[in-house]
Amino acid sequence: MTANLTKQKTSTKLKDLVKKPQILTGGHRLCAGCGAPIAVRQMLLGVPDNVKLVVANPTGCLEVSTTIYPYTSWNTSYIHCAFENAAATLSGVETAYKSLKEQGKIKEDYRFIAFGGDGGTYDIGLQSLSGALERGHRLIYVCYNNEAYMNTGIQRSGATPMGSWTTTSPHGNSSSGKKENRKDLTAIAAAHNIPYVAQASISHWKDLVRKAQKAFAADGPVFINVLSPCHRGWRFPMENTVEIARLAVQSCAWPLFEVENGKWKLTTKVPKKIPVGEYLKHQGRFAHLFKEENKDVLALLQENVDAEWEKLLQLCGEAE
Amino acid sequence: MAISNKLINSQTNKEKTGNDKTINNSKAVAIVGTDAVSEAMRQINPDVVAAYPITPQTAIVESFSQLVADGLVKTHMVTVESEHSAMSAAIGASAAGSRVMTCTSSQGLAYMWELLYIASGLRLPIVMPNVNRALSAPINIHCDHSDSMGARDAGWIQIFSENAQEAYDNTLQAIRIAENPDILLPVMVLLDGFIISHAIERVEIIDNDIVSKFVGDFNPPYSLLDSQNPVSVGTFDSLYGYFFEFKRQQEEAMLNAFKVIKDVGKEFGEISGRHYGLFESVGIEDAEFAIIATGSAAGTIRHLVEDMRSRGIPIGMIKLRVYRPFPAKELAEALSGLKAVAVFDRSDTFAGNMGGPIFIELRSSLYDLQQRPLAINYIYGLGGRDLSIELIEKALGELIDAARSGQVKQTVNYLGLRE
Ligand SMILES: Cc1ncc(C[n+]2csc(CCOP(=O)(O)OP(=O)(O)O)c2C)c(N)n1
Ligand code: SF4
Ligand SMILES: [Mg+2]
Repeated sequence: MTANLTKQKTSTKLKDLVKKPQILTGGHRLCAGCGAPIAVRQMLLGVPDNVKLVVANPTGCLEVSTTIYPYTSWNTSYIHCAFENAAATLSGVETAYKSLKEQGKIKEDYRFIAFGGDGGTYDIGLQSLSGALERGHRLIYVCYNNEAYMNTGIQRSGATPMGSWTTTSPHGNSSSGKKENRKDLTAIAAAHNIPYVAQASISHWKDLVRKAQKAFAADGPVFINVLSPCHRGWRFPMENTVEIARLAVQSCAWPLFEVENGKWKLTTKVPKKIPVGEYLKHQGRFAHLFKEENKDVLALLQENVDAEWEKLLQLCGEAE
Repeated sequence: MAISNKLINSQTNKEKTGNDKTINNSKAVAIVGTDAVSEAMRQINPDVVAAYPITPQTAIVESFSQLVADGLVKTHMVTVESEHSAMSAAIGASAAGSRVMTCTSSQGLAYMWELLYIASGLRLPIVMPNVNRALSAPINIHCDHSDSMGARDAGWIQIFSENAQEAYDNTLQAIRIAENPDILLPVMVLLDGFIISHAIERVEIIDNDIVSKFVGDFNPPYSLLDSQNPVSVGTFDSLYGYFFEFKRQQEEAMLNAFKVIKDVGKEFGEISGRHYGLFESVGIEDAEFAIIATGSAAGTIRHLVEDMRSRGIPIGMIKLRVYRPFPAKELAEALSGLKAVAVFDRSDTFAGNMGGPIFIELRSSLYDLQQRPLAINYIYGLGGRDLSIELIEKALGELIDAARSGQVKQTVNYLGLRE
């Protein structure tokens, strides 16, 4: 469980990565400009050569758009069971593998990876995820985090930032959007003391691929939380998906770090932290926060981001 | 628990076993119903078990955990954090081509509800003993059939047991039924909470080798771990897909199950001396009226019926074994020509005086008969309320009155209710 994940002989050079087979193939029906398939493909660049893969998906945008019967975009074994149980379902697959492998009925090496939306991970699927992490299955759980329930039409989740408009946290005369702060799921996962936990963003592909490689090398449960903007729900032009994700990192609203065998480490430093407003102002879901009557909310959001960033720097031993 | 070692070391029983011939391949032991089930599970030796404890099923999970700890099975056990995850993990493991079992009761089964439909819809032959217990509220740990009746439309085969022996026998047969290529449906084996699960009974445990041969190997048609043929399982099948056709195929599989259950029951009879069909009948051929019951109550009722028959009363009895698929045609044939039938239900449907689920379905099965028997329903034993001989006698008295007068005084009756 405490193998050094950094010392794996894997390349993050583009010329090597382009040779990797496409596991999530084209032809799926996700919106053009969707962040989710970018997160999936970057993660799957970390699959070691010569291993087989089983992918699990809870219900959500990624699932409904990539498996429209009788077609599938998955060039590997794939299972969708229900909305709240991808981790439990995959833990069953992994257990069957261990049992059959032990009996000599399976020869190949397999890896198991789940891609869950924030709703299926932070909220309804949290119990099943926690159970699977605690039981120590060798599986990777990736949350492709678009900060709301997109598949059902942009409803708030436990990952939705404070102040955000969603269809169930609308702003109006007596509301300025979602009242509550998002929960820190990455820290909750880290509290399970599993071999590897990380936070990543599709804007920083090299960082993400490196984390993916560590994830596939880890001999135990892994959790990775990947910011994957949804232009439909966040209200920005579809061509800006990656840039928006980059602003989230630069404003420290979405810091990039990892927790490897209990050790916290900042993986992307932010020398010039931009105000959180610079990230929010490009998104229609926060447009109301830039009105005079909501300036307190915007200020509070900045305070929260600053406080969380300070806390993270402490944990990573980077505080001044 | 120690019980499993005791069983393994116990002497082979050379006495007459079974109900029709002498078979010297089993040993008789005195065990509780939950141990009868875990013994069957030990012998099945599944690749994966995922389960969560709940009274009165708990002892099965405990004894099986001990079997795993003692290295007496090859099973990998997933000690999940809930029944929802138990069934989810079972689905994942079954889709990965392994033989999978789980078990539950009551609230646990209710918590699995969403996944029950997914297991059957994905055609995964998971076998699950369910120790019948009332559903909350008020919370109650004792027996009734409301839990498994709540799952009657979930696409699972459901087989009731009368006693610990049948719980053991049914669990073994369930594997063969579920995995039959013409079926590929999950199977629930039902046994009454406490009455069967916690009572010590004489149970004949068949020799390991014979059971292994009987259950055989599982050959899944598809597997997530077949790297040559990767499959996408549980895909999105909306407006333009084949959803309707899939559902019709599930019904086809249920139709196929009638024959397979009978075939497996016959084959099981050959190794055990105990033959099984869709239901068991007592004296129906020459009866004028009959009782239909299932589960442990059938034992008490049979005792009374046989006693009455010896006194020349033209009564018969049907013990319903297979509830899903519902053997409507065979039951109608058996009951055709009778004057009256009394149906015993250990759960209610709250449908507004429609009666219990077995009654509703049995009455509907009789509809096309030229000569329909009168039908009376007795709802009994909810939340573990005792079914005494006196209560059954009261119902029998009313049944005889109806048969004689040609009139039913009250169709739906609550037997043993404090009024
Ligand atoms: C038990 C259950 N409750 C609700 C739903 C409806 N539902 C399907 S997907 C979804 C939201 C998915 O949100 P998320 O996990 O964030 O994924 P996204 O669509 O945003 O990618 C909901 C509420 C469901 N399928 N099952
Ligand atoms: S709604 Fe959002 S998350 Fe869903 S496919 Fe479109 S862009 Fe992606
Ligand atoms: Mg989402």
